[in-house]
Amino acid sequence: MDAIQKNLLHEVAELDALPVGAYNIRVNGESSARNTTANIDIVSKTDKSGIDIIIKPNTVNESVHIPVVLSQSGLKEMVYNDFYIGENSDVTIVAGCGIHNCGAGDSSHEGLHRFFVGKNARVRYVEKHYGEGSGEGKRVMNPMTEIHLEEGAYAKMEMTQISGIDDTIRKTTAVLAAGATLEVQEKVLTDGEQNAVSDFTADLNGEGCSCNIVSRTVAKENSTQHFASTLNGNAACSGHTECDSIIMDSARVSASPNLTAANIDASLIHEAAIGKIAGEQLLKLMTLGLTEEEAEEQIVNGFLK
Amino acid sequence: MLELRNIGFHTDDGKDILTEVNLVLDEKIVVITGPNGGGKSTLAKIIAGIIQPTEGTIWLDGMDITHMSVTERARVGVSLAFQQPVRFKGLTVKDLITIAAGRDLTLNEACKYLSEVGLCAKDYIERELNQSLSGGEMKRIEIAMILARDSKFSVFDEPEAGIDLWSFGNLIHVFEKMHRETKGTILIISHQERILNIADKIIYLKNGSVERYGSREEILPDLLHDTAKAAGCNILMDKLEG
Repeated sequence: MDAIQKNLLHEVAELDALPVGAYNIRVNGESSARNTTANIDIVSKTDKSGIDIIIKPNTVNESVHIPVVLSQSGLKEMVYNDFYIGENSDVTIVAGCGIHNCGAGDSSHEGLHRFFVGKNARVRYVEKHYGEGSGEGKRVMNPMTEIHLEEGAYAKMEMTQISGIDDTIRKTTAVLAAGATLEVQEKVLTDGEQNAVSDFTADLNGEGCSCNIVSRTVAKENSTQHFASTLNGNAACSGHTECDSIIMDSARVSASPNLTAANIDASLIHEAAIGKIAGEQLLKLMTLGLTEEEAEEQIVNGFLK
Repeated sequence: MLELRNIGFHTDDGKDILTEVNLVLDEKIVVITGPNGGGKSTLAKIIAGIIQPTEGTIWLDGMDITHMSVTERARVGVSLAFQQPVRFKGLTVKDLITIAAGRDLTLNEACKYLSEVGLCAKDYIERELNQSLSGGEMKRIEIAMILARDSKFSVFDEPEAGIDLWSFGNLIHVFEKMHRETKGTILIISHQERILNIADKIIYLKNGSVERYGSREEILPDLLHDTAKAAGCNILMDKLEG
């Protein structure tokens, strides 16, 4: 791996050496390193590009790292990864994709991640998207995520895209059985001419299931963002979705909630707030000795922390 | 020492908010009181640089700071505790106290400032300054930030506004302690007799002019007498909210 690839790996997965536990590191469309454990198997798909990550039932306190790095300008790839998380497991999955594009061709990474979370299993999924490089070619990422939560399963998804991705369309769908819980925390910062779309849909099908989707975003310069979330309450369940955005410069942000309750005991809430940084917030930090630019930076960093 | 020389502030539509304010402020605690609309908060904003006076000059320890920005004034040692503390999603109490101090603080140092304002540090230091904090808690954190700045000149704009009686009692103790320990000057805008009681000097500002300025012993008895005489007069006590 060269210095650029190592840096990308650091940015998306905070890895400076090979991780402990199971991992699969994908560099420029090829698997570059892989490790499996007694409880976690990683198998390449034979019919298309991608891997199956199979976690045995009752696997606890183990982790899987599956970072993807693209440093070859103009490379376009579509990857299919399936995660089978066995009953009663408790695992952490660290994904993430870094693109370095210093050429003229667009580089893109598209992926379909499917999670099958078994009964009473718990999974924490951390995904970070990052782009860099001064080329004219765009850095594009279009992740699709499907989450299937069986009875009593729990998934926490932390998805972050702070820098350098020109175009992204993120589609996430979830189906929840009885007693399942889904938490999603999304953080997005766009600037320049970037465009980001997040589209969530959760079907709350089982009694007592719950879902909480929280998106915090900052849109700078001429960038655009769109946040859509659909909650379908088909049973006695609770669902909450929240989009909180800071808009700056000439950016454009839209949010569209869509709640459908098909059961009298479904309780669904949507909150959306879009606004610029309040003048009094800037003023307060300036009275503490920061310049206006430093104050703005502190507020944005805190908001996305 | 802060000196206001002939400060005036007039709005674009010709209203006189402040007229010929001349003050030399070098005691430990000076309290400005007077009726609502008398120009007190405007004077606080002029001192902090949030608004520019239409006339006059402001001097800090012999340096003309009239045309300095808010940031520059903060850096030379002027602080302002807002009447309505500002909330920030994502920024924690520790973040704000660190920014206020202008240097990296150890957890112990940051906690010390919170303890001084009567907050249990470990319960608050990592809290976000969001809607989950009450008005009284926000007010105390606002004061802790000013303590962390260790300023030459600090202005508190109605520290009692919006806090409950219980918090108010503690607030007085905080100011009494500041009186004992501060090396700079503290200017408090207040309607509260208990705050006036800890003042070295009192300014009575009415209709944009300094009507009276002198030691507490000189000014306070007259103010209390006037208040008692004019029932319903709102010079004192009208801002304490339950």
